[in-house]
Amino acid sequence: MGDVKLVTKTIRTDVLIIGGGTAGCYAAIRLGEASVGRILLVEKANIRRSGCLAAGVNALNAYISKGHVPRDYVEYARTDGEGIVREDLLLTMSERLNHVTEDLEKRGLVILKDEKGEYVTRGWRNVKINGENIKPLLAEGVEAQKKVEVLNHVNITDLKTKEVDGEKRVIGAVGFSVREPYVYEIQAEAVLMATGGAAGLYRPNNPGFSRHKMWYSPFNTGAGFAMGFEAGAEMTTFENRFVALRCKDTIAPTGTIAQGVGAKQVNARGEVYETTYGITTPQRIYGTVEENRKGNGPCYLDTKGITKTAEEDLLKAYLNMAPAQTLKWIESGKGPSDEGVEIEGTEPYVVGGHTASGFWVDTNRMTTIPGLFAAGDVAGGSPQKYVTGALAEGEIAAESIVRYLREKGRKKVAADFFSQEKAYARHFAAEDSGYTWQDLEEAMQKVMDEYAGGIATDYRYNESRLALAKEKIRGLQELIREAPAGDMFDLLHIYEVRERLTVCRILIEHLLARKETRWHIFGENADHPKKSEEFEIYVNSRLEKGKIQILRRPLVKGESYEHQDP
Amino acid sequence: MSIRIHKESCIGCGRCIEACPGNLIGLMEGKAKILIPEDCWGCTSCLKECPVGAVAYYLGADMGGRGAVMSIEKEKEIYHWKIHMPKGEIKVISVNRKNANQY
Repeated sequence: MGDVKLVTKTIRTDVLIIGGGTAGCYAAIRLGEASVGRILLVEKANIRRSGCLAAGVNALNAYISKGHVPRDYVEYARTDGEGIVREDLLLTMSERLNHVTEDLEKRGLVILKDEKGEYVTRGWRNVKINGENIKPLLAEGVEAQKKVEVLNHVNITDLKTKEVDGEKRVIGAVGFSVREPYVYEIQAEAVLMATGGAAGLYRPNNPGFSRHKMWYSPFNTGAGFAMGFEAGAEMTTFENRFVALRCKDTIAPTGTIAQGVGAKQVNARGEVYETTYGITTPQRIYGTVEENRKGNGPCYLDTKGITKTAEEDLLKAYLNMAPAQTLKWIESGKGPSDEGVEIEGTEPYVVGGHTASGFWVDTNRMTTIPGLFAAGDVAGGSPQKYVTGALAEGEIAAESIVRYLREKGRKKVAADFFSQEKAYARHFAAEDSGYTWQDLEEAMQKVMDEYAGGIATDYRYNESRLALAKEKIRGLQELIREAPAGDMFDLLHIYEVRERLTVCRILIEHLLARKETRWHIFGENADHPKKSEEFEIYVNSRLEKGKIQILRRPLVKGESYEHQDP
Repeated sequence: MSIRIHKESCIGCGRCIEACPGNLIGLMEGKAKILIPEDCWGCTSCLKECPVGAVAYYLGADMGGRGAVMSIEKEKEIYHWKIHMPKGEIKVISVNRKNANQY
């Protein structure tokens, strides 16, 4: 369809980092300091403002305040995750939370302190900041590293692996420029996957013009999950989806209002319902869904009557993290002191920084493919990471990569020509099939919403619906292979839909495999509405000879875990 | 919700094009333009990068937008967020970037 002549560029590096968000940038800084040779960081946008922190962040939600220890954080995450977490990963992460927070402050992040110079905490694990410029600060840290090269606006689509001494290991990756007709074939000794989680799988709260006004970055498509899965890496706990409770329409955070000014959740009759259902995130959403089902909606955070000073502080706080909410308050002429803030649950996401979905890694954050590491929202087993946990994981992965390169030695793998060009070129040569990437994305979101437990069914699903979802997603996977592209921007979108469809396919298998309801809202299995002891295991998956195999793994206890055959 | 870039004030410097996390802004005849307005996340990175305040942020009608637009005027550590109401009134909220959120 498009008249695009592709040109291939080949790059050799020692370490390739895919994704320049929170974890990727921090790993690049640490690797740059460690002298391991050349480091290449590839990002599909620009690391200054990319990934889920593009808009800034309102607080650091993972910090160990005085009187608490890292073990407390492990227990908090274990309780919240109903036991399906990895103790080794949570502990190694928690031990670094405070040190990375202090490092962020040294890099210029504004953190609120009291008169004694101590951080002011909200609860025992949350520090107050101005996080509007957190991403530029991390990018400046990367740019200061002489051995780190950054390739912005290049989208990586596939990992390359090869048998070396009887084991399959990663030898590089391929991708393309989102602007110019360049294909990149990158050879590397070690690869860190740091692409973030997956948004845009389900029909969003605002399905029309504001379709991208969602909680998680709509540009995070689950590319890392898809690439790793296709290369044969094991994945874990995708069925532990994440749903956020947000301000209606603007999808702005609610924690700032609930905890900041102490607003309670009330229904249309003014009855406080949070005391009935509980106040963990899923309970807050569950209560809201239930009240709506009973006909008691809409539901609100009851801010009516807060002081004008509190209102002004809220207007400013939201400008730093979710400006749409401030604009909505001003534009409607009614601020939070005049009326409550309507709330709703979002569509489900797959995101390892909040719940436990992602790559199955060992304590060093190496995946089941030797040489391939994972950190941040793409890595599983370790929920409640938030920003500081992603930094901690980036640092752990960087240290592990340094050790890996030293121990393994650097075997030069034959410089194979990856010949990726053809795979991309077929989209430019494709006849107009009548289906654009936009059509296919919309179709995927509809299928997931209706058949795989989206907003339409109050997050409920059953085996019959999931079977239909599976069949329909497979059909869309065939169509996306033939989707026509006119330019590199189209090609980017086609690959994003392709990645999302792969994530949907994995997710459906995981939802089918966990025959219980462990996490309300995150997964409401209508066939098995109760929690079952039989499922105190990890549900893992991997691709074997073109088929998804489900693996049941026993819970990992203790401070360290090495990969084992299932 | 999305953005609009004022043709008259845009100087074509390309900073917003570089910054957009969705690669959504392109250069047309020397001026920046959003390519797919529906795909804007509303992160305001482009407003913060623009040196001349040419980028305006607005809510889609499906989110309750009624014609107001918001832009940023930078003054050292302060962001002056200017909200232009449909009837011409301008409201300004100034945020010092050195101050942490109170909540």
